[in-house]
Amino acid sequence: MTNGAQILVRTLLSEGVGTIFGYPGGVVLPLYDELYDAPIRHILVRHEQAAIHAADGYARASGKVGVCLATSGPGACNLVSGLATAYMDSVPVVALTGQVPTALLGNDAFQESDITGITLPITKHNYLVQDVSELQRVIKEAFYIAGTGRKGPVLIDLPKDILTTEVTSDEPITEINLRGYRPCYEGHKRQIDRAADLIAASRRPVIYAGGGVISSDASEQLCEFVEKTQIPVTATLMGLGAIPSKNPLFLGMLGMHGTRTANYAITESDLLIAIGVRFDDRVTGKISEFAPKAKIIHIDIDPAEIGKNKLVDLPIVGDAGSVLSGLIEKVTGVIGEEGWRNQIQEWKTRYPLTIPDDGKLHPQFVIKTLSTILNGGGIIVTEVGQNQMWAAQHYEFTRPRQWISSGGLGTMGYGFPAGMGAHVACPNEPVFVIAGDGSFQMNIQELGTVAQYHIPVKIAIINNQYLGMVRQWQELFYEKRYSYTELPDVDFVGIAKAYGIPGMRVTEPAGVRPALEEALATEGPYLIDFRVEREENVFPMVPAGCAICEMIGERHPHDEEGS
Amino acid sequence: MRSHILSVLVENRSGVLSRVSGLFSRRGFNIESLAVGPCEEDDLSRITIVVKGDDAHIEQVKKQLNKLIDVVTVRDITYQNYVERELALIKVQAEPGEPRSGVIQIADLFRAKIIDVGRNSVILEVTGDSEKIDAIENLLYEFGISELVRTGRIALQRCEKSGNGK
Ligand SMILES: Cc1cc2nc3c(=O)[nH]c(=O)nc-3n(C[C@H](O)[C@H](O)[C@H](O)COP(=O)(O)OP(=O)(O)OC[C@H]3O[C@@H](n4cnc5c(N)ncnc54)[C@H](O)[C@@H]3O)c2cc1C
Ligand SMILES: Cc1ncc(C[n+]2csc(CCOP(=O)(O)OP(=O)(O)O)c2C)c(N)n1
Ligand SMILES: [Mg+2]
Repeated sequence: MTNGAQILVRTLLSEGVGTIFGYPGGVVLPLYDELYDAPIRHILVRHEQAAIHAADGYARASGKVGVCLATSGPGACNLVSGLATAYMDSVPVVALTGQVPTALLGNDAFQESDITGITLPITKHNYLVQDVSELQRVIKEAFYIAGTGRKGPVLIDLPKDILTTEVTSDEPITEINLRGYRPCYEGHKRQIDRAADLIAASRRPVIYAGGGVISSDASEQLCEFVEKTQIPVTATLMGLGAIPSKNPLFLGMLGMHGTRTANYAITESDLLIAIGVRFDDRVTGKISEFAPKAKIIHIDIDPAEIGKNKLVDLPIVGDAGSVLSGLIEKVTGVIGEEGWRNQIQEWKTRYPLTIPDDGKLHPQFVIKTLSTILNGGGIIVTEVGQNQMWAAQHYEFTRPRQWISSGGLGTMGYGFPAGMGAHVACPNEPVFVIAGDGSFQMNIQELGTVAQYHIPVKIAIINNQYLGMVRQWQELFYEKRYSYTELPDVDFVGIAKAYGIPGMRVTEPAGVRPALEEALATEGPYLIDFRVEREENVFPMVPAGCAICEMIGERHPHDEEGS
Repeated sequence: MRSHILSVLVENRSGVLSRVSGLFSRRGFNIESLAVGPCEEDDLSRITIVVKGDDAHIEQVKKQLNKLIDVVTVRDITYQNYVERELALIKVQAEPGEPRSGVIQIADLFRAKIIDVGRNSVILEVTGDSEKIDAIENLLYEFGISELVRTGRIALQRCEKSGNGK
């Protein structure tokens, strides 16, 4: 005889699950009892939101499915923002929630909430298990759905009696058959031929690479394609790391806080090769003026992304890696005019991202220094806001999956717990959480978790004592009326200390490197409170509703010299 | 903006209907009619949805429908050659005598069946395309309709005709 909880644990093991991030409660007690001596590691977080963010961070860093567990009602509801975060960024997560016994469903029983109903629009799929005989199949399907095609979160709601019901036999299921779910990986041959023709004929091509390249693990193919064709590349926030930042053909990020070079290149290009991107409004600005002179090739695994925001000339539905391999074979060599590459190099030298050198502590300098110390390595996890944008702009990435950030939902409080997950995925990599003082306080309680499990994440708070990104908009568009965006001074080092975590406050540029080195040299978690220039802004910036070539605010030392 | 008819084959499971209708409601679409029922395969159901929207918006919803795990196929038959039917049950005032014979006359004209007769009212069953049902509804209006229910439109693409298609 075997019960539901045992089937669940056995199936998780068969899916290769090594770690679960979770938080117990009444209806999941049978499962926790099973976990007590199961060969699965369970990390007890301090808030269920952190459990799902950690599972998400684990998934982004490893490429594998992350798993979290919560009890019914309040526990399940605390997963909601995290599910939405994972859904927006197409991250494979399986969330297990307890539920009241099947006999009580719909009765407003103690700690009942209709979590499958609540999460319908923010999961790739969800299940309410109503019979223990379905349990194994449901779990298998959930992992399959989460981790294939366009990846995403799947929730399984488990009524308590499902966990306790005994069944006699439970043959392992090896085959999954979902007639309504058939992701398409191979691009259409003829479309690939046509794309190769468009590419061959182009004079000013640009590649616009995104999160799809990362989740397809297609970085190698992308780099090979770029190497062969010498086509310049820009990446979205989600695509950072797909190509090393130091590659001379890399233009930096595009979009609202993208580089001038990237945004100009898009605007002037005659062929845009969009790979694993979804033409998000933070990227395109005024959509009618996005890549106005270009023909567009769009490679995406999700047919619903084709033509969703922008009509394209040539769609290829398929996996980025597979389609790129096809294209690499078809293209003959260097593509585009020499003049185009020269123009791009000229923009690059003319409009570099700058860091003021005035003896004050600027946030960008913290990122730059970290990038230098780690030689572009490690795993960089961010919170949301200015801290996130500075990290995106100034870190020099060397590989995919080392950049972890909430892009689509922009969830404050994501970074710190996601950093815990990233460490579990890659225990030998240094993990740095670039935090805002506002965001950090959204899941600050996880200091308890990293202290308990000795998770060596290094927290770098870019402390401007503001909800900086919102303050920036108020400065620029609301006449500096800083309505409810100022945050009082907090002794973050003192808080860390209370949890037994060492830390340091830095107020001057000279202190940055020693502090980061100290953090690296310290075993276990470490916190640095960087007291940065409070009213620093993120530039360049495309104001809302403008075309992406209409950027404001960046200082241009070279312009000044020239004119 | 025009009415689109979508014929959607889904797994017969709890929650499917909210998944499907959720895709419309989150985009602010108002579904004109929706009919669900068994179809040619045991464990599948067919949903016929009539919804107004411009072609691009409907195209996006169709693709989103296709992404639902429980949706097996989605067909937009708006621009196909199709047959459609709707069934209505109409309870109408029909006192014995002149009113009742008036109602019977209209029923005959529309080949509606009288399926229940009471002291002062009758229930009619009528099938046809939506225009036909609108028409009989209008004519019966003056007699006094006390209750009315329509199934919503169901539709199938027409059969392929024999020969070489000419
Ligand atoms: C404060 C803030 C500011 C921001 N500013 C910017 C900015 O300036 N610039 C910027 O770029 N972003 C910015 N973002 C992020 C932005 O909101 C979006 O999250 C991001 O641009 C989307 O990236 P993406 O297009 O690569 O798509 P993703 O969300 O990463 O989606 C991936 C795409 O790839 C497809 N895909 C998935 N798997 C595969 C596969 N195997 N093969 C092929 N295709 C696949 C998916 O179907 C999808 O279309 C900002 C976010 C915040 C919070
Ligand atoms: C949960 C949540 N609430 C509100 C917002 C809106 N928001 C975006 S950035 C930001 C300010 C973030 O402040 P902080 O973490 O200090 O970062 P900074 O911009 O100062 O670097 C806010 C409030 C959000 N993205 N997420
Ligand atoms: Mg701040």
